[in-house]
Amino acid sequence: MQYLTPDVIFNALGEVGSTVLFILLAAVVLELLVYFLWSPLTAFSRVLDRRLRVLGAVPRHAASTILLVGALILVVAMVSPGREPSPLAPYWPVPLLAFVLGSFLSPNLVKVFKPDLRLPYMLLAPAIVGLLLLQVYPLLWELNVSFTNLSPRHFQSPDFVGLVNYIEVFTKPVLKQVHFVPVFLRTLLWTAINLTFHVGGGMVLALLLNRDLRFKGLYRTLLVLPWAIPQVIAVLAWRGEFHYEYGFVNILLRNAGLSALQWLTDPVWNFLGMCLTNIWLGVPFMMVILLGGLQSISGEFYEAAEIDGASPVQQFRHITLPLLQPVLTPAIILGIIWTFTNFNVPFFINQNELETSDTLVTALFRSAFQYFNLGDAAAFAFVNFGILFVLSALYVRASGGLKGATE
Amino acid sequence: MTAVATSVQKQRSWWQRFFKSGREDSPFKRLLIHLALILACMISIYPILRVVSVSLRPNDRLLSTSLAIVPQNATLNAYRTVLVEKEFPVWLWNSLAITAATAVIGVVLAATSAYAFSRWRFPGRGPGLIFLLSTYMIPAPMMMVPIYILSTKLGLTQTYRGLVIAYSVTSVPFSIWMLKGYYDTIPRELEEAALIDGASRLSAFWRIMLPLSTPALAIVFLFSWMGAWSDYLFGRVMIASEKALWTWPLGLRDFQSQFQTQWGMFSAASILVMIPVVALFLYSSKWLISGLTLGAVKG
Repeated sequence: MQYLTPDVIFNALGEVGSTVLFILLAAVVLELLVYFLWSPLTAFSRVLDRRLRVLGAVPRHAASTILLVGALILVVAMVSPGREPSPLAPYWPVPLLAFVLGSFLSPNLVKVFKPDLRLPYMLLAPAIVGLLLLQVYPLLWELNVSFTNLSPRHFQSPDFVGLVNYIEVFTKPVLKQVHFVPVFLRTLLWTAINLTFHVGGGMVLALLLNRDLRFKGLYRTLLVLPWAIPQVIAVLAWRGEFHYEYGFVNILLRNAGLSALQWLTDPVWNFLGMCLTNIWLGVPFMMVILLGGLQSISGEFYEAAEIDGASPVQQFRHITLPLLQPVLTPAIILGIIWTFTNFNVPFFINQNELETSDTLVTALFRSAFQYFNLGDAAAFAFVNFGILFVLSALYVRASGGLKGATE
Repeated sequence: MTAVATSVQKQRSWWQRFFKSGREDSPFKRLLIHLALILACMISIYPILRVVSVSLRPNDRLLSTSLAIVPQNATLNAYRTVLVEKEFPVWLWNSLAITAATAVIGVVLAATSAYAFSRWRFPGRGPGLIFLLSTYMIPAPMMMVPIYILSTKLGLTQTYRGLVIAYSVTSVPFSIWMLKGYYDTIPRELEEAALIDGASRLSAFWRIMLPLSTPALAIVFLFSWMGAWSDYLFGRVMIASEKALWTWPLGLRDFQSQFQTQWGMFSAASILVMIPVVALFLYSSKWLISGLTLGAVKG
């Protein structure tokens, strides 16, 4: 038992503070490195480019691509899956050499080390290092593990098994009983139901709020609250409320003269309970986004439409929706991604671990951390990632929503 | 003009007039709108009020079928237990220190990188933005094992060091996209004018871009704060074995897992941890709409 004494307070502050100082120091060192190395590298890359020009642009591109991809493959193979270093680790100079040679050969090198690009790369450097540690390294690790049979039985020396894990995602049950396809279809259904209600509910509330109204600020504040409270708390509270005897959902149903439902044990009702919870959580975000979009539409459009005799439905269809498009499309992309990868709701509402309520992400969690088939889980994770990537790309392509964003 | 408008209005059926948008809503319509909004507000806050209600229940009636918000014999006992007899204040303080530090670092990282993405064309820009977007699509559980292994190798477990670094970076991809979209809406001419007047690029960023993008910075700070404040998985991986280092989500989880949920303590603790986030939300609500929307307009 420990109380919040000044000692404890300063201890936490000291530890956090020293880390912040460490990050600051590292950032300063990094910035100085980039700052002072930039001009020499600019000069060097120019000289190199002039010398190598005789080789021609296409062979240089090809050679550098082969070397860089080779370096990447070697790095992936060297990221060790366990605590023991990988047997390939002593050969670290090979990928380093390939990387250096590959980048020297590339005609893009001069385009990177331009004098006027020093500042943007300095601005980016700390974030790049952070993302390499926290996003790229784990991804490379997962990629390596997805080709091995890493599991408690083969923890010290996992074997390379090639594409077996990827094939088994589709041919073997991903958990104890369920196969990939039902979980995938359920996840699609889950995403579709939630998104429909998020956008629909958010749209209705935004339309209602988009006018001069007394207590407007109060309504908005109260409506945003489900988004403001920490998600885990909201989900655990909802799980409590799905209790058969004491949860308010069933009490309300009984008071209305209906029969109480088995929210936590019946597969269908459990799935619907998940949806209910997530709809409750997700409507405020869409409402805020759409309200902002509505406020940016000038009232003159509606006045003109009114004079032309357009009905309210026509006005909504031909004025509101098209003008909301630039706000709505990114919001829907985010919505698809967030709902598809949502972990807390399907995991915690599914208290009894019904395999019939699992979405792809919770199935992934179970296969990694309850059954410890890390190799299978890694392959499964990349399949998930790929599906989501394709889905989002299709939506972006269909709606043209991010046009201009990456140009 | 007005004559035409009124004649159009006369031809409309009652439902068309009812659904008409505009300022001059009829009193009946106003009443209905208020009723609908009150119903929506009740749906949105009732589950939260239930948590308040459970936290006020005396120990012997934690399980009851009453729907009243203020229970019979309401007491603050659960709050007293959580604040005095448990380590909860320590956990809350740990969370507060870590979250405040990481949200600030995250915003600084994102604000500078987003400026580079918004104002320069450099090799790797397009792929970089796509990579940042696709990191949202990585399921969180997927990253836990490699991050655990990496942090044991670097000796970062059971200290805050790993946690602070991890939280600072996790929200950065989203923040960069958000801020880049917002910067894109600010005309370049403003900075160019400053550059002509002899300001450096960095001081133009500091004096012009940052003040103009307050709404987006507020949103990004809010998102980074929320991400770090409610995170359970990283905490579980990095500091699980040292109870004095815990953040509140680990502690709250502990209230739930001992044989049965201690609903009173759980609810009281939940209310306490909601306060900082809800306060931040309400404080930033004036920027919430413009910050989110303008950032989204440009993607």
